[in-house]
Amino acid sequence: MNMHRFANPGRFVRLAERILPWSGALAVLALAAGLYLSLFVSPADYQQGDSVRIMYVHVPAAWMALFVYTVIAAASASALIWRHPLADLVARASAPVGAGFTFLALATGSLWGKPMWGTWWVWDARLTSVLVLFFLYLGHMALSNAFDDQSRGNRAAAVLALVGFVNVPIIKFSVDWWSTLHQPASVMRLDGPTIHPSMLWPLLVMAVGFKLYYVSIMLLRVKSEVMAARLRARSMAAVEAT
Amino acid sequence: MSLFANVVARDLRLALRQRGDAVMVVLFFVLAAMLFPFAVGPEPNLLARLAAGVIWVTALLAVLLSLERLFLADFEDGSLELLVLAPGPLSLTVLAKVLAHWLTTGLPLIAAAPLIALLYNMDVSALPVLALAMLLGTPSLSLTGAVGAALTLGARRGGVLVPLLVLPLYIPVLIFGVAAIDATLAGLSARPHLLFLAAIFLVMLVVAPLAAAAALRQAVE
Repeated sequence: MNMHRFANPGRFVRLAERILPWSGALAVLALAAGLYLSLFVSPADYQQGDSVRIMYVHVPAAWMALFVYTVIAAASASALIWRHPLADLVARASAPVGAGFTFLALATGSLWGKPMWGTWWVWDARLTSVLVLFFLYLGHMALSNAFDDQSRGNRAAAVLALVGFVNVPIIKFSVDWWSTLHQPASVMRLDGPTIHPSMLWPLLVMAVGFKLYYVSIMLLRVKSEVMAARLRARSMAAVEAT
Repeated sequence: MSLFANVVARDLRLALRQRGDAVMVVLFFVLAAMLFPFAVGPEPNLLARLAAGVIWVTALLAVLLSLERLFLADFEDGSLELLVLAPGPLSLTVLAKVLAHWLTTGLPLIAAAPLIALLYNMDVSALPVLALAMLLGTPSLSLTGAVGAALTLGARRGGVLVPLLVLPLYIPVLIFGVAAIDATLAGLSARPHLLFLAAIFLVMLVVAPLAAAAALRQAVE
């Protein structure tokens, strides 16, 4: 598929308007179903009791934290290489959402760690690298807003996003490379998930809900950026006409 | 290659004429390290345990302070545009500037580090590893810092922005730099940590000049 077909902002906005109601409604449905399944249907853990239910928010949020950063890096690459006009907007629109997911993963992880590990925070490889990811998001947002010329801010932030991408594989494999308190991957592994289906299904429904939520918010934010650019252009034209 | 040598020579000459800058970095390094005994108490065993961490953290902060002079003066007086227009790859010019920056900040810091180690009652047997770890680690600091300094050229509040961009990327160097010294003090081999520092240096040696060159092109556009 040729991504340049969507370089036309008008066509993108029309497409986004067609997708948004569906993705929004499906996100609400999936999140509601996922919350019901994870809070009421799925069994309590035989060791952790009910606190295992934190997992249904913590794990999808952590997946999304990495996923959104990957989207930002890919969008930044296409913005720098092909000057794709909407890629900048996608990166800009995604950064605060990704930072939110990262914060959610850190906060729920901390709440989960207190009863299970006996501490809010340990400085092990997984936790530290996710904290670094959070600061990379903050740096990306600060840098893209630091210039009077918005396009310069976008391009600077794109370079930073690509440099910071080295952190993503480090986070993913930190639990395998270093012995940490955090458990290794139990869903996304080559020999199949090691988690029981009664817990896996609610988790997957929640993950789908999180992803649809991100898609909806991202489309909405890009759409409003395009609208804002149009309004600016129109008011400039009005000023020049008088 | 002559452009590379010329840029290094020019930056070194400029640094020598404004000797204050390089001296200030070392002075900050020593002064900041001196604050900790007042804060945590002068107990020798405690200080010996803290030594490696204090040396690395204050070295990071000292490098951070010096990053501004990497490109800002050239950006303001316009010579950066000439460097960008000069024939040959811009990433090589960036590498030359980073080398000059490291020679005027990294090397003095390495020279001053044993002094702090002695003040902190660190075991003398760890001094060679400390020097080696800093020799492998501080070039990565200059390289990563160059990306941050180049990205924030012309930004509002550029000075506050650089730490936010650069410090998260400094954490790996800090971790392995301290771990190398701690391993030596515990009687273990520092080799794996030093190899990690070398690996970080080699990766940054490739990535940082390219990224900083891209950022500089944007800055002068």
